[in-house]
This record gives sequence, C-alpha cells and structure tokens, in this order.
Amino acid sequence: MTQYLDFEKPLAEIEGKAEELRALARRNEEMDVDDEAKALDAKAAKMLQDLYRGLTPWRKCQVARHPDRPHCRDYIEALFNEYTPLAGDRNFADDHAVMGGLARFNDRPVMVIGHEKGNDTKSRIERNFGMARPEGYRKAVRLMDMAHRFGLPVITLVDTPGAYPGKGAEERGQSEAIARATGMCLKIGVPLVSVVIGEGGSGGAVAFATANRVAMLEHSIYSVISPEGCASILWKDAEKMREAAEALRLTAQDLKKLGVIDRIIPEPTGGAHRDRKKTISAVGAAIDGMLQDLKGLKPRQLITDRRQKFLDMGQKGLAA
Amino acid sequence: MNWITNYVRPRINSIFSRRETPENLWQKCDECGTMLFHRELADNLNVCTACGHHMAITPRARFAALFDGGIFTEVKVPEPKADPLQFRDQKKYPERMKAAQKSTGEKEAMLVATGEIGRTPIVAAAQDFSFMGGSMGMYVGNAIIAAAQEAVKLKRPLILFSAAGGARMQEGILSLMQMPRTTVAVEMVKEAGLPYIVVLTHPTTGGVTASYAMLGDVQIAEPNALICFAGPRVIEQTIREKLPEGFQRAEYLLDHGMLDRVTKRTQMRDELISITRMLLGLSPAVKGELPAPPPAEPQAPEAPAAETQPARPKA
Repeated sequence: MTQYLDFEKPLAEIEGKAEELRALARRNEEMDVDDEAKALDAKAAKMLQDLYRGLTPWRKCQVARHPDRPHCRDYIEALFNEYTPLAGDRNFADDHAVMGGLARFNDRPVMVIGHEKGNDTKSRIERNFGMARPEGYRKAVRLMDMAHRFGLPVITLVDTPGAYPGKGAEERGQSEAIARATGMCLKIGVPLVSVVIGEGGSGGAVAFATANRVAMLEHSIYSVISPEGCASILWKDAEKMREAAEALRLTAQDLKKLGVIDRIIPEPTGGAHRDRKKTISAVGAAIDGMLQDLKGLKPRQLITDRRQKFLDMGQKGLAA
Repeated sequence: MNWITNYVRPRINSIFSRRETPENLWQKCDECGTMLFHRELADNLNVCTACGHHMAITPRARFAALFDGGIFTEVKVPEPKADPLQFRDQKKYPERMKAAQKSTGEKEAMLVATGEIGRTPIVAAAQDFSFMGGSMGMYVGNAIIAAAQEAVKLKRPLILFSAAGGARMQEGILSLMQMPRTTVAVEMVKEAGLPYIVVLTHPTTGGVTASYAMLGDVQIAEPNALICFAGPRVIEQTIREKLPEGFQRAEYLLDHGMLDRVTKRTQMRDELISITRMLLGLSPAVKGELPAPPPAEPQAPEAPAAETQPARPKA
C-alpha cells in the first residue's frame, strides 16, 4: 500500500475511490465500473503530475524522507554483483547505519559505501535511522583507504538525516571521525563518485560526498542543517520549517545552479518510491556516466580534480 | 555665555559622561561574578584573575599578545560573493552582517596574520566568536585557505585558534562546502611537511569541529572550552537523559583521548613556541616577552593589501 504524504491527500482520496469502485465491481459482476474507474485513474495521474511538477522545497524534504523510497541496500542489491559486505572499524564496533564492501559494478570491482536507514521498525532501529556514529565514518575511512591501495573506484550513496547526536558518539570523537572521513575522500587516488539518494544531512553527508562527481536524485535534498533545526534556531520556531527549507536552497535544482553538484537524476512522476525499479536503474546509469567521465585520469589527477573542485566552489552565485 | 550654554550644556555633558564610565572600567566574570578591572583583565588575556575562567578574547587582542612585540602583518583574504543565496529569515543576512561588523569593528569572523613568536616565524589564524558566533561561511573558508597558502609559501607552521558555533546557516550548502574546502587547506600544509597546530577555544562546535579544528598535528584546548559536534542540548533532547558533569568540556575530551593538551591561555604562547620549534627541529627559543622582530630585510615590497598593524589596545 502506498503511504501518502500530507500534501498528497486529495490524490489519496481519488485513488481510494477508484479502488473502492473496483472492489465493488469484483463482488458484483453485473456492475460495469470500468469507465468510471479509468476516469478516476486519469484524474489521479494528472493530479500526481501536477503535484510533483512544482514541489516546494519543504515537500521535497518530505519526499526525500519517504519511508518507501529506495534505500542504499536496494541500490546495492539491484545494481551490484558479488556484493561482499565488510564490517567494523577495527577499533570499537561495526556501525549498521553505514554499509559497505567490495562489489562489482558492470563487472568492474569497486568499493561501495552508503548510509542505510532501514525499512521497518526493527531494521530502522538497528540502522539507527541512517545516523552514523564515529565507527561508521571510521569504517568508511578504512574501506576508502583499502580501495585506494587496490585501485578500486569508490561509489558512495548518501542518505542520512545527519551524524548521530549521542553521548557515546561524542565521547568517541564524532567530529574527528567526520573530519578524517572528509580528509580521506580528498586523499584517495581512485575515482570517487557519489549519489545523494535521499537526505544529504550536513557533516554526515559531506564525509561521504566529497567526491569527484556528485549526483542527486531529483527530489533529494542536501543541506547544512535540517529545515526544522534551522527554523528553531533562526526563527525560534521549529514550525517554520517551510520558510527555512525555502531559504536554505537545499534542493537538487538549487545545488546544481550553485555548482555544488554535477548532475540531477530525474525521478519517475510521483517520486522515487512510486517506481523503484526505474529510479534504481536511473541511478545506475548516472553512476556509470560519472565513472566514464573520470576514465583515464591518473591517481594524482583524480586527487587534484577533487581538490580543485572544492577550492573553486562558491564562485558561482545563485540568481534569485 | 548665555543661559542656554550654562543650562543645557552641562546637562548634555553629564548624559554623555555618565554613559562612559561604569561599563568600560569593570567587567564581571561570567563564572565567579568577581568585578575585574579592565586593564588588569586585559593584561591577564581576559582570564579571570580570581577564578581562572577564560573569557572570550578578540583575535586582534590575542595576536597582540601572541606575536613578538605585538607586531603582526595581516594576510589578505579573498572576498567571497556576498549573500549568495539571498538568505532571509526574520532578518536579511546582509543586515545581520552589517550589525556584526558594527559591533565588532571587524570585516568577518576570522583574522589571518603572519609574524614571529619567540623569534619563530609562523602564520596564525583566529576565529572571532563575537562575529555571528564565529560561524564558518565562505569568508572563513577563504581565510583558512589563504592562511594555508601563506604557510606553504613562506614554509611556516600554521597555528589556528578556533571558536565557532558551526557553519553559517545563512550561506546554506555553501557553508557546508567549507568543510571539504578547509580540509583541502589542512592537507596542503601537511603535505608541505609543516606543522599544523589547533588551539580550540570556547566554544568550538558543529561543522568547524568536524573539519579543520580536529585535524591538527597537535590539538590543544583552553580550559573548560566546550568542544563538540552536536551541542549538549541537542543530545539531551535525543537521548532524554542528563549528561554527566563536564561533558564535552576540554578536560573531558582530554580524558577521552580527543586532545593532546589543555593549556591555560597565559601559558599558551610559551607552549606554542616550544612545540613549533621542536617540530621544526630548531634550537630552544628565548622565552618571555620579546620586542618586535627587526624590520624585515629589504626585499620586494609586500603585496599592497598587507599592512603592518601595531598592537592595538586589548579589547
């Protein structure tokens, strides 16, 4: 069953009605509701298209966080072969909010790393809702370093509300772990490409997305702070998240204009969760494209390319 | 003289003079409440003479006390594009900027300078918490990159004093991008084989801690400085329990292996001289207050933007 977002309520009503009609017809064979149901379907399809054509930044946040949106695990299962998870930071623990390991992408061995949010209550708790602790970033550092030594391209999938704000996480050096992961991203002499598939939450996202090429799904977001957090600090009212989402310019479209990301991956009408298969294969094509872009670059060139990209960032403004 | 000057002027004068005296001469310690005479406090680098509490100090005052003879040369920081997102919350971002510039007398939240400490040439950068919470936007990013480039060019160690609430929200994603940008800057210094020393001062939090402020070869903090990624309030809301005494304070981080040292501000200079000279393989320095270094040997004139600043009265 589709989980509707609050702004999709009118759509839910129409689709519900069509469903009811069909259920009625199934019980009552004389009834012919085909035309009526089809008309409702068409109306719903039109409404979906209209709703998603001009999503406001806040609505995009909601879509980016949709529970049915494909997550890191789904992409790895569908796009990679021989995925061999590698665990642990060799220090303290294995962080389940970060998954990663060796795999083949189009037959080529790579290292894939990403945040995993989980898809039901149990797995969400196990994955800590995709909020990594220092161990997660240190695992990523270990895997990136290994990729560097064996010349494997690194693919990161970003989907996190942010790094976990917990007592233990702080004690074990959350900030240091993030800083080292960002540093490792900048140091590796292999192609590093990144896709923001849902939420790119602040430092927790930067630690994975300091890449040669960064793509974002059409309705994903990438921001220095959550709109709720920003609203409560600057507006002193967490309910002003719509205004904050607007002001922060956190959509893929804004980030492309600012030159922070390189490409936008279109989503099916109604968001990634309405056609997961199509979304996943679009992401696969984008990863392939980005790796092609970097083909033939030597380790040193890859490092320079990455550094220069970030040093140059911010020279381009955003027209209002 | 007529009745107006006799009557009105003294009243006006008394209004002005009344405002002058009491505020500036004495400052109350935020910690123990002792009233401290401003000159004494400044001489003690804004450390309470009664309880040892470290109060905020401006980058200029810090540099005046840090560099030999209080002499330093400001390094020009490339100006970023102003208000790139045309951000407005309850106030417009440019208005907030103007207010901060007016209250601090500074252009932005970081000051970069070159000079000598104990006759050891260094590059230093200091963040200004009084300027919009020291927040890291494009200017601060540019300042750190400029500092790193200067250090590499002059083959000098980089000493950075951090103080910030985190990234500057008003610059949105571009402030977040200062995390990788400043990390590149740190890498440049390290690759050149030069020491990078971070002095964490109260408070250093958020994206600043999670980038350049935690990547030093040596990590020193001032006593009781709050140093964290997520602030204590956010954590209490998440885990719904009280945090232990001293959580996320410098001494707590030292205990948890996140810092090399916690050092009093009044001893910081000697310690920095000692550490940098050892890392550079130099002979022990003459410690204590040194006069300004002799004027640089005649060479090509400095870039026109850099200007030598005599020590200003400590703020």
